[in-house]
Amino acid sequence: MSLDFKFAPDDFGGFFRDETFRDTFTYRNSDPRRFPFPFDRDDYMYAVNLEPHMPGRKGTAFEHMLDVDEHYIAEMIDRAKVLAEDPLRCQSLPHMTLAGWDTLELIMEAKARDYPQWFSLTRDGNRWHWVNRPLGIEQSFTFLDESTLPYPPFEYIMRQTQGDWTLQDERDGTLWMDAGIATSQADWSVDFDVGMNFHEWHAPVPLAHEKGVFDRALKFLLKLQHGAPVRRFNWTMTVNPLLDTAPETYHKWGPMRTTLTQENMGQKMHLRVELQSLYRLPRSNAIAFDIRCYLCSFEQIVTVPKWARRLHRVIRDLPEELATYKGFIRNRDAMVEWLSKCDDGAPTSPGWFPDD
Amino acid sequence: MKVDLTPVNAPSIRSRPVYATLEPRPGKLHVIVADDEGAAAVVEMLGKTNDRSGMLAASHVMYCPGPTGTDLSAQLEVLGAAQFFRAPTLPALLPRLVRVLADAHMGTQFYLAGTEGLIGQAEREIMATGFPFASIQKEHRGSTLRRVQCVHCKGITENVATDPFKCSHCGLNLFVRDHYSRRIAAFMGVCIDAEDPGQVPESVVRFQ
Repeated sequence: MSLDFKFAPDDFGGFFRDETFRDTFTYRNSDPRRFPFPFDRDDYMYAVNLEPHMPGRKGTAFEHMLDVDEHYIAEMIDRAKVLAEDPLRCQSLPHMTLAGWDTLELIMEAKARDYPQWFSLTRDGNRWHWVNRPLGIEQSFTFLDESTLPYPPFEYIMRQTQGDWTLQDERDGTLWMDAGIATSQADWSVDFDVGMNFHEWHAPVPLAHEKGVFDRALKFLLKLQHGAPVRRFNWTMTVNPLLDTAPETYHKWGPMRTTLTQENMGQKMHLRVELQSLYRLPRSNAIAFDIRCYLCSFEQIVTVPKWARRLHRVIRDLPEELATYKGFIRNRDAMVEWLSKCDDGAPTSPGWFPDD
Repeated sequence: MKVDLTPVNAPSIRSRPVYATLEPRPGKLHVIVADDEGAAAVVEMLGKTNDRSGMLAASHVMYCPGPTGTDLSAQLEVLGAAQFFRAPTLPALLPRLVRVLADAHMGTQFYLAGTEGLIGQAEREIMATGFPFASIQKEHRGSTLRRVQCVHCKGITENVATDPFKCSHCGLNLFVRDHYSRRIAAFMGVCIDAEDPGQVPESVVRFQ
């Protein structure tokens, strides 16, 4: 989308929020109970924890294969700004173009099917017509003909899709991250990691290699079948609702981590959840990996009593290596102090969802 | 934030390249690229073949002195390879490698020996032509100085000895992560005082 996109908040019944993920940080969730809270018990350790990515409970982030929520337009504006500032955030090695088309098809089909009020896809052989009403995009193009789109297929669809995505080529018994976009990432560099294999790009993660997590995950993913996507969670913490916590700009956003007090903790500290889903692509046999970022402030999380109790216990008991790797070791004690006031010690029920 | 520098003898992480010892292999063409003390690895490898003259007759040897000035080119020049080339520096060597790759066919064997900077950059050129990873052998010898890319400005600083160090392009204070990119042929440098500007730990010499 272009940077001169005019956002009209009254359109679409006022569904899409006019908000920012930088400078003024006006992002918030209208309904925190929609947030995909990632802890199904009171403690946390790395695990493969992959499960089928099936449409789930109504009114949650799991309702559809791709969740288009109230933050869609604001996130796409933020992505366009990041790409304008740093085009290296979107990369595709030359042999990944077909996987880009596969991804475009996957996303257009899913959005037109699940959100017909906002998206439509009309096909006549390879002559396709795509309408994206929230972003004001209407495009006729020839499928598999790059010259008919304003961007290469991967970048074209990524500028209309929430979440960071990577495309993995499969060869030599492993997966190679040979394309990717990252504008809402938890401190990893797509520019540095593109071209790496599965074990290489996970190399900096502590503890998990020794537990065999990546060996098992790779074995599982190499068997991933078209039409049977899987998902898992990852999470970290972010000060202010900053989507783009990139290593490239760490020297600019890093100082925000030193601004926390007990008074502003509730508004400033955000649980950052990645709902990760993986799809085998039909023509290229590549695997598309969607890393969808959700942010929720502490003060909004603790409005759900079960989540308040559990978040306190998870953060309090997390191994130090993980708190360091996830980048919040300096603030952990203060976070635990603030959260402890929302934990009455009562037992919690299993599973992610709120009790009522 | 407290940043722990990776100890030099820490267990390797999975993106850290691992190197073996060069072994002679049957091939139609042997492309041998070395710098620094890598020359000795090439001499030792040739000592292991049963058909030394046959292998040398199909060898193209390229060499440049190491980053600390070590120049063992004489050891390679006297071998009598079909082609021998001494470049003054690595940047002066790479264009010749690229030209040789343009004519190389399947069945070519690649032998890279010396510093990680040489191995990484030569490997990147070879892989860009589509040769299988398995046709490239690598042996690390000599200097452990590192080639580091600043993740912030993307500039590469060659021959990094200390950790942290100042980026030679943007001037930020960077610590050296073990994380290595084969595509960029460099380790990653990350700002060490991002959260507490000006609080930079004293530099220690980690790579020589």
